[in-house]
Amino acid sequence: MEAFELLLQGFLTLMTVQKLALMMVGLILGVFVGVLPGLGGPNGVAILLPLTFSMDPTSAIVMLSCLYWGALFGGAITSILFNIPGEAWSVATTFDGYPMAQKGQAAQALTAAFTSSFIGSLVAVILITFLAPRIADFALRFGPPEFFAVYLLTFCSFVGLGREEKHKIVISMTLGLLLTGIGMDTVSGQLRMTFGFTDLLRGINFLVAVIGLFGISEILITMEESLALRGHAAHINPKVVWETWKTLPRHWVTIGRSAVVGCWLGITPGGAIAASFMGYNLAKRFARDKESFGKGRIDGVLAPETAAHAAGTSALLPMLALGIPGSGTAAILLGGLLVWGLNPGPLLFVEHKEFVWGTIASMYLGNIVGLVLVLSTVPLFAAVLRVPFAAIAPMIVVSCAIGAYAIQNAMFDVWLMLGFGLLGYVFKKLDYPLAPLTLALVLGSRTEDAFRLSMIGSGGDLRVFWSNGLVGTITTLALMLLFWPVIGRVFERVGGLMRPAGKST
Amino acid sequence: MPQSPPPPVAEDDRPIAKSRNVDIVVLLALLALACLLGWDSTRVGSAWADDGPQAGYFPFYLSVLLGAACLIGLARLLMWSGHSTTGFINRHQFVRVMQVFVPTLVFVIMTEYLGLYVASFLLVAGFMWWIGGMALWKSVLTSFLFAAAMFLTFEIAFNVIMPKGPLEAAFGF
Repeated sequence: MEAFELLLQGFLTLMTVQKLALMMVGLILGVFVGVLPGLGGPNGVAILLPLTFSMDPTSAIVMLSCLYWGALFGGAITSILFNIPGEAWSVATTFDGYPMAQKGQAAQALTAAFTSSFIGSLVAVILITFLAPRIADFALRFGPPEFFAVYLLTFCSFVGLGREEKHKIVISMTLGLLLTGIGMDTVSGQLRMTFGFTDLLRGINFLVAVIGLFGISEILITMEESLALRGHAAHINPKVVWETWKTLPRHWVTIGRSAVVGCWLGITPGGAIAASFMGYNLAKRFARDKESFGKGRIDGVLAPETAAHAAGTSALLPMLALGIPGSGTAAILLGGLLVWGLNPGPLLFVEHKEFVWGTIASMYLGNIVGLVLVLSTVPLFAAVLRVPFAAIAPMIVVSCAIGAYAIQNAMFDVWLMLGFGLLGYVFKKLDYPLAPLTLALVLGSRTEDAFRLSMIGSGGDLRVFWSNGLVGTITTLALMLLFWPVIGRVFERVGGLMRPAGKST
Repeated sequence: MPQSPPPPVAEDDRPIAKSRNVDIVVLLALLALACLLGWDSTRVGSAWADDGPQAGYFPFYLSVLLGAACLIGLARLLMWSGHSTTGFINRHQFVRVMQVFVPTLVFVIMTEYLGLYVASFLLVAGFMWWIGGMALWKSVLTSFLFAAAMFLTFEIAFNVIMPKGPLEAAFGF
């Protein structure tokens, strides 16, 4: 087993005092970020990215991915104790987690949440360990047409499968793609859409956009809702943990099902949010007494948490193997790779083995350490929420500004961040999805480059996207997903016509 | 004078803007943007050359797509008035949002002239005292510690250079 050997090497890379210390820092900051309303995984990672500019890539990704695990764990604390989802993916956790806390079972709920999150990500990491190298190996044969087809598939699946109104998804996506086009055109060297502004020559950095879209806009939304925090106390002791763990094997079906759903939705760009709801709904549908859901059932906590973590973790699989982020946070980590001088994509597995396997090893270690950390320090983190928001809000604003400025040392970027903050606020209020915008900002220029390189290769012949079985299949699949709402309806019609006929026989 | 926290009177729930109207404004603005970017792309060249698309090809058709999506959105909003009742924001919410947005705006302007660290000290202290209604000494102490911690982390420990103003210059940074 080659994967085992490489993984072992990855662990050895991690075993330095500096990297372990960074891991702890990342985890603790992550839980903070997850607990605080107005900050989340993506913002936390985006804001702390500048800190890693002077680190080596492996240390940097270890710290940032641990921050991500921490944020995933932290989201559960606020959902259960305060009925406030620190993250969108922990909304489903509040349904049964908060009622459990009201019944005085906060400690059990928290233990269940943390443990199931841990199991969820463990399943996903194992999947990454064995699947990612294979996919990367396979993708090494990809040329520009194949890459373009995969990017196209990603975009089309957003439009075809998204639940928002279609025109809103298209607006969000085209806006993102247009914004990446600003600046110098990489193929011809011409200036596009700069209108003579020298600040626009650099183009719009997507990290700046993300900090504004998520960080600043989240502050505005949180302030608007004026949260009143009334939480439940929680003290976790080893006895409760043990008692709760003993009941977990009974729920293995729920956990297993959620893990599978989570892994699947994490790899396809659907994300942890959809996964947590789906995990919860599935658990409810298969339960014997559906009525007791929402009143404090332990599997109502287990199901969404397992799914959310499995999705959050497996979102890193396509990022590592193909250079396509499966979630907002993965997109920002991808931005980090570019800053650290690495080229995301299948070549990472060949050229930067140490980096890739160090990252994967840190996922194992980070989750184990994270579990122990949150189980032992919950009361501490719960106290964070009692710090008045008036003190936290301006600090978050400052952190956002630092993050935005540090990326390119440009004051203009701070203004851009503010603009994107307003845009994000308005978009969120009007139900325009932000995920397609983020994805377009990350993948936009690479998609265009892949397309134009394919065109140069084929002499301007579009048939290159059907020139062999592989690229043809992906392109066709992409177009099918784009028109999925139409195709799905046709299938239903046909199915409807068939059914009575089937019954009569 | 520090403001007391917002009085606990029943909130005025009447919206000062309807979601539908805000949506229309946003769509019109995006439509204008699409026209502008599309026009600029035709200037650069949006045709299909022998070796594939010209530099403006993608932006041009993306602008067309964006414009079309905006028109669809507008048509939907203007024809169906089914969801016109939901409010975008009410007066109290608007005031609270402005309580964060205006200080942030002032902070960015101050950063241009005073440097980031001084501006962030003023933002945190001012926000805690003025909007949070906390004791002056608490606000000043917290924000001083925060600004100092930021300075030590970024400027000294991690070598990330931030915009600096006259105060830092006086200390030789």
